[in-house]
Amino acid sequence: MSSNQNILVKLNGAGFSLNNKWLVKGVSLQVEKGKIVTLIGPNGSGKSTTAKIALGIYKKIDGSVEKYTSKVGYVPQKISIDWTLPLRVNDFMVLTESINNELIDEALSLTGVIHLKDKNLGDLSGGEFQRVLLARAISKKPELLVLDEPVQGVDFTGEIALYELIKKISDELNCGILLISHDLHTVMSATDHVVCLNGHVCCSGSPMDVAKNNEYKALFGEQASQILSRYEHRHDHVHTSEGEIKKN
Amino acid sequence: MLDDFFIRALIAGIGVAIVTGPLGCFVVWRRLSYFGDTLAHSALLGVTLAYSMEFNIAFSVFIISSLIALTLIQLQKRTNLPGDALLGLLAHSSLAIGLVVIGFLSFIRFDIMGLLFGDILAVTIDDLLIIWIGGALILLVLKLIWKPLFASTVNYELAEAEGLNPDRAKAIFTILMAAIIAISIKMVGLLLITGMLIIPAAMARNISSSPQKMVMYSIIGGLLSVILGLFSSLEFNTASGPSIIAASLLLFILSLLNIKQSIKLKN
Repeated sequence: MSSNQNILVKLNGAGFSLNNKWLVKGVSLQVEKGKIVTLIGPNGSGKSTTAKIALGIYKKIDGSVEKYTSKVGYVPQKISIDWTLPLRVNDFMVLTESINNELIDEALSLTGVIHLKDKNLGDLSGGEFQRVLLARAISKKPELLVLDEPVQGVDFTGEIALYELIKKISDELNCGILLISHDLHTVMSATDHVVCLNGHVCCSGSPMDVAKNNEYKALFGEQASQILSRYEHRHDHVHTSEGEIKKN
Repeated sequence: MLDDFFIRALIAGIGVAIVTGPLGCFVVWRRLSYFGDTLAHSALLGVTLAYSMEFNIAFSVFIISSLIALTLIQLQKRTNLPGDALLGLLAHSSLAIGLVVIGFLSFIRFDIMGLLFGDILAVTIDDLLIIWIGGALILLVLKLIWKPLFASTVNYELAEAEGLNPDRAKAIFTILMAAIIAISIKMVGLLLITGMLIIPAAMARNISSSPQKMVMYSIIGGLLSVILGLFSSLEFNTASGPSIIAASLLLFILSLLNIKQSIKLKN
């Protein structure tokens, strides 16, 4: 057992191979209570694979995973509901855990889809479905949330609101979040720790550290790095060592 | 009252329909109709073994079907052949072996037609006990594994990630499939049992808006098929198993009309 009580899941040199090809190799990271860890990287760099290793979906792995919670909420990257399954949003919300109506309503309201409660899942748009997926994951008040591109297909204003919501959930529930995203701009501003993947961990650290890293620049280009510095300039307050917020 | 063969047939059919209703929904949802067929074909082998060793038929069919299901899981791990090819391989080879074994048992008179298409009118009190006790057990187990099984039917990874152990639920469900085939083989026969599983469930899908409703309508559809089928087989002197399946087809066609109407209402 780890000495740190706050750790929810920890990967030690974890890797996964399929048909003799490594999808991802040598990943070490940990998610703690109340912290957001973001995985970034190009397509095929092993972000979803890493998330699935952390979740225990892949079992024959290299290295090891230590998981210290069973209260998990997961938003997978891709999910398709077959027509043969008549499933309403309401049924979907209680898929893995029976939760009461108030919690369902609360979660659906938070992600802005309470009006879709009795609709069939097959009739939802991509963005609406994504909001339902997120609502389902947070409704059970998990200790660990794994979000694989949770805002794909959501409109621009919705995207920002949902990222704010994710940050708020992390603070209020004190739950750890493993987030996968392509949107460097929005993500970097909310995250505590960034892991940049490209088949292996190419660099990791605070958003600022990663942005200055040369490997990151090589992977995402000079522009991506500037996004972050721009973000830094827009920062209109500083956190003092006493934890106070001071306006610039 | 139980002395009357028709009443016994009715009670047997009702017992089977209550169980095939919910199981059939999972067969449709999980795309297992060929899997059901394969288990049913292998049942012939189970029946012949039961005769040759003077075993209980339902029990023997249950064992053989379970073995075939386990073999399938092993084959899937060892070769890259597609699932339908493996199912065909198992279905027809077990059927063939069953027929070969029958050849060796020339001293026993086999009612092949009854085996293939069912002989519900020859149901005994013992058969009734097997159907109702076995059926109750199947439903009880299904209720216990409902949550992980249903969640993994919707999305395997979601169920696994959130700690529901879908692999165990799937393995138990496979055993339940073998069990339902074992207890209902006498009623509709091995060629028609998959129909009893999927046609009422398919009918139910057309008129339901939630999984619970689909299960309920599937049971009701199965019950109506049994009642309608049995009475018409008495009336027109037709084979009972096929009459039940034909009745379920009739209900399915009616449910299609319902869809068209609701689409019209929407527009």
